[in-house]
Amino acid sequence: MAKTELTDRVGEIIEASTTEFVAQCYELYQSPPLGSLVKTRDREVELYGIVYNAATTSLEPGRRPIARGKDETSEEAVYQTSPQLSKLLRSEFGAVVVGHRQGDKLYHYLPPNPARIHGFVYLCRLEEVKEFSQSFDFLNILVNARVPVSADELIAAALRQMSQAHEDPHTFLVAAGKELAILLSGQFNQLKAILGRLK
Amino acid sequence: MTERLGIVVTGSLEKGVEVKLDGSVSVEDMAVGRYVTIEGQKQRFFGMITDVSLGVTDPKLTLTPPDVSDPFITEVLAGTGTYGTIRVSPYLTIGGDATTLLEGPQAVKTIPSHFSVVNPASQSDVELVFGSEDEKRFYIGTPLDMETKICLDLPELVKRSNGIFGKSGTGKTFLTRMLLIGMLQKSAAVNLIFDMHSEYGWAGTSEGGKMVKALKQLFPSKVAVFTLDEESSRRRKVSTDFVVRIGYDEIEPEDMGLLRQTLNLTEPAVEAVYQLHRRFGKNWVQSTLDLKDSEESKELLKETSIHESTFQNLQRGLQTIGRLPFLMPHAPDNAVKRILNYLDQGMNVVLEFGRYTDITAYILVANLLTRRIHAQYRDRMEKAIGEDTARPTPLVITIEEAHKFLNPEVASQTIFGTIAREMRKYNVTLLVIDQRPSGIDAEVMSQMGTKITCLLDNERDIDSVLAGVSGKSELKSVLARLESRQQALIFGHAVPMPVVIRTREYGSPKSYQDFVSGGPAEPKEQTEKDIEELWE
Repeated sequence: MAKTELTDRVGEIIEASTTEFVAQCYELYQSPPLGSLVKTRDREVELYGIVYNAATTSLEPGRRPIARGKDETSEEAVYQTSPQLSKLLRSEFGAVVVGHRQGDKLYHYLPPNPARIHGFVYLCRLEEVKEFSQSFDFLNILVNARVPVSADELIAAALRQMSQAHEDPHTFLVAAGKELAILLSGQFNQLKAILGRLK
Repeated sequence: MTERLGIVVTGSLEKGVEVKLDGSVSVEDMAVGRYVTIEGQKQRFFGMITDVSLGVTDPKLTLTPPDVSDPFITEVLAGTGTYGTIRVSPYLTIGGDATTLLEGPQAVKTIPSHFSVVNPASQSDVELVFGSEDEKRFYIGTPLDMETKICLDLPELVKRSNGIFGKSGTGKTFLTRMLLIGMLQKSAAVNLIFDMHSEYGWAGTSEGGKMVKALKQLFPSKVAVFTLDEESSRRRKVSTDFVVRIGYDEIEPEDMGLLRQTLNLTEPAVEAVYQLHRRFGKNWVQSTLDLKDSEESKELLKETSIHESTFQNLQRGLQTIGRLPFLMPHAPDNAVKRILNYLDQGMNVVLEFGRYTDITAYILVANLLTRRIHAQYRDRMEKAIGEDTARPTPLVITIEEAHKFLNPEVASQTIFGTIAREMRKYNVTLLVIDQRPSGIDAEVMSQMGTKITCLLDNERDIDSVLAGVSGKSELKSVLARLESRQQALIFGHAVPMPVVIRTREYGSPKSYQDFVSGGPAEPKEQTEKDIEELWE
């Protein structure tokens, strides 16, 4: 197991359920990319999730940001002249739980308990991504996940991300594609859409 | 290590099992007639591919095909959304349980379970099934896309009558010649060959017109060439051992029955032969020919109640026979005795017909000689059984144009029909060569032990050859896809399962060397070496 360092930390959980968790980023706009593998810890169980959504909103739900850049020359200048902005806004991201690790064993199915609030969320390193993606069992969870983004987009993004952890991304994608072809054997159009996004 | 082909997904014993190919295996690499092994849970199965097909998991794929120019999509779909299947007929079980380990491959009585792994058959598997060349087995050819030798168990083969079939020009003669060489080397049988086109004795011609060596040139000490046409043999520079002459007094009434069709004899005319024979005895042919249109003959016809037109019909027929130059009123030597003498010494006899390729001559001579020889064999065999002494050497009689002897109308009367039916009881069997197997009596066909067939394209011929074989429709598709040369399908008694072979090479100096050295020559060399060592 790769040692987790502080710099890999991307956020803190603010909402959690058995199937997914939502984390707030420590820095504005610092949410991990769509489809990336993240993890959090609940006592001795490590939970893995795949980022399906990221959003930046106002801290107070009823108060919408207003346009401020009319007299500014650049976008950065907006934040510079109103430094309070970065404290009034927040970035958060959601992740679908796709597996967990207990002891030395990696399981590609849901953990017994959901993540804990205020649990730290880390971005998985390449070796960990590679290890996790040895099995494609998580694809079944993604295919059946009820998330606001389309499953096609999410699966394609996740596989694209994971392929970068492998020496031969093409072989990895073909293998993943074959797994999808079996999962989606009756839905050729959906399969075609995902495959089209893998390139 | 052999590469895995796929897994069994469904099937039945009768129709064979269906195998889904792995994504990495291309259907284009599969071929009908190829051998595979199936690793069942308890047994290993040996089978043959009988069909190849394509499948899709989602019918939408066929309606809106994916972008085939994208290699990624094609690669993903291969083996998942789109896949190839092959149909395999399991024929034998090899290894696995105790019986097959002790007694070799057994015929299948069940099929492998679901998802059994299918591999291409390895050389050693094929060798296990068809055996390797030894003192009993003769290498006849190789499977279609392998270098393994397919061998026939010849002592087993000659125990029954066999047939070689195929359209004209497909290599029947070559196969026969090769098989005869095999029998000469590996079996205890002696051969009597009625060589209509003079191709087995000294030399034959290949399709390209090239001369190839035949039996006598390769095995001079084991083959005797008899001829009916001394002149033709001399012209072809063939050294003959004996010139066959047949006397009128050797022709018996039973010999005439078979000639009814070729001589255009009527039924009463054949009947009349028996009456004339009773009247004149041994010399009936000469006496009948001598009868002129006189008062005396009219008297005779009245006495024997033969109608005059019947008599004329018979006389015309006998005159046709009489014109055959090798027939004479009285033969100087007894051909049957001569042939038997040679056969008794373990020599094989090839009877060349020279210029007399006329079917009348062939039928008359073949039938006449075979009848006598068969009778002799029967007597000897019965005597041997009675006195419990050594039985006569098994005899294989080779006949060409077999449908003339064995067609349904005459098969029940001729000696060849009898031999084919009563088979090995008297140690005499037939090797039948024919291009129209549909013309041969079904009963005779069904009694043949092993059939070797080259390409046939007439539906009726194919049906008659394959009659009674299990998996007929699969074999039919294999048979119809044979190439027109150098390929043959063998099935029956001498092979554990039907097999398509590419026949062994014949005609090059190397091939002659192989044929000659494959025989009992080696022990002789060994003996000589031993003797030499003894004197050192």
